[in-house]
Amino acid sequence: MPHFERLYNFACWLTHDRQEAEDLVQETYAKALKGFSSFRPGTNFRAWIYKILRNAFLTSRTGLKATATVPLDLEDEEGALPAVEETPESILLQRSDGQLVQQALEQLPVAYREILLLCEVEEMSYQEISATLAIPMGTVMSRLSRARKALRGGLQQQFVRGTN
Amino acid sequence: MVCESWKAKLDTYLDAELPEEEMHSFDAHVRSCPSCSADALARVQMKRAIHVAGRRYTPSAEFRKRMHQKIVAKPRRSFALGWTFAAAAVAVIVVGTLTSLYVGTRSGRDQVFSEIADLHVATLASSSPVDVISTDRHTVKPWFQGKIPFAFNLPELQNTEFSLLGGRMTYLEQTPGAHLIYDVRKHHISVFMFQERSLPAKLNESSPSPKQLTFNMETWTQGGLRYFVIGDASAADIDNLAKLFKAAS
Repeated sequence: MPHFERLYNFACWLTHDRQEAEDLVQETYAKALKGFSSFRPGTNFRAWIYKILRNAFLTSRTGLKATATVPLDLEDEEGALPAVEETPESILLQRSDGQLVQQALEQLPVAYREILLLCEVEEMSYQEISATLAIPMGTVMSRLSRARKALRGGLQQQFVRGTN
Repeated sequence: MVCESWKAKLDTYLDAELPEEEMHSFDAHVRSCPSCSADALARVQMKRAIHVAGRRYTPSAEFRKRMHQKIVAKPRRSFALGWTFAAAAVAVIVVGTLTSLYVGTRSGRDQVFSEIADLHVATLASSSPVDVISTDRHTVKPWFQGKIPFAFNLPELQNTEFSLLGGRMTYLEQTPGAHLIYDVRKHHISVFMFQERSLPAKLNESSPSPKQLTFNMETWTQGGLRYFVIGDASAADIDNLAKLFKAAS
């Protein structure tokens, strides 16, 4: 099963629930098998199967809830970051257990979380991300930039909370 | 600030998504600018931290088994390599035609190379290209126990572009061997292993030229085994996979 472990990891990050993630992965493979004729040889298989998983998530109860409560594209949410002397990077260096990053990732809106995972964990190119999320390349770049900013903001807030 | 325009593109640079020329000028700038190089280092650390933190969940053995039974146990419905079938079927015809033209005159050595090419293409054209479908070398390697008369090592593929798709038993001139299929950027590469002493033809020479086969191939002997790495991927990819096997053996 190609990409099985990676898809499962991605599904867990989207759903925050292992059982739901298993259902999602199962549904993804079932849909991929059924709709294999829609796959165009020569195009990116990984982007294709991730897109199936993501679409299945977006139409699931958890996905609908996640996208209903948080706008998918957070164009106007670039608020100023809290002013602290520490940077997120220096916090990371201080606490290298990764737990802080996991918590900050968990708290991101799904649109930011998924694009960061596709870029940093799956190491997809912008073009692959564009195909997976069905968004233009320009949007990939801008959303990625906002996602990184939001993650840094989340890390800083955690740090501020931790020091107060 | 002079560096503002550079910093605006720093993430794109670190994602290696800038045009090649801009990547070069960025390299030069980062090397000469302490502020940008410190920023770049911090962002790389952040990228690494996300990469590590993001690989958090692994499927349970029970779920893996359940999925395996549902999907992999039905090879007729396997789609893992399906997208290559059409291309591979065309390649079968091409290779088959080419090889049949030369079959009367080729030497034993060339015949072995051609058979390897035929095995590679015929396997990809099959509706069930692999008998054990797994990306996990620790699943694939034990599967061969008791099926072939030798043991072998599979390379660790982490941080490489290659991924293991699965394996199957194969025969070359009535000699049993192992056939692994790897994926690299949508190209499939076959790795064959046989006991050297069992092969009929002496294969001392280096790899055949692509002109002979229409594929890139590398072959070598190591630890009593004869390895063949073949595929339509670039010669560099074939060479890189061959190096991984050489290092693992």
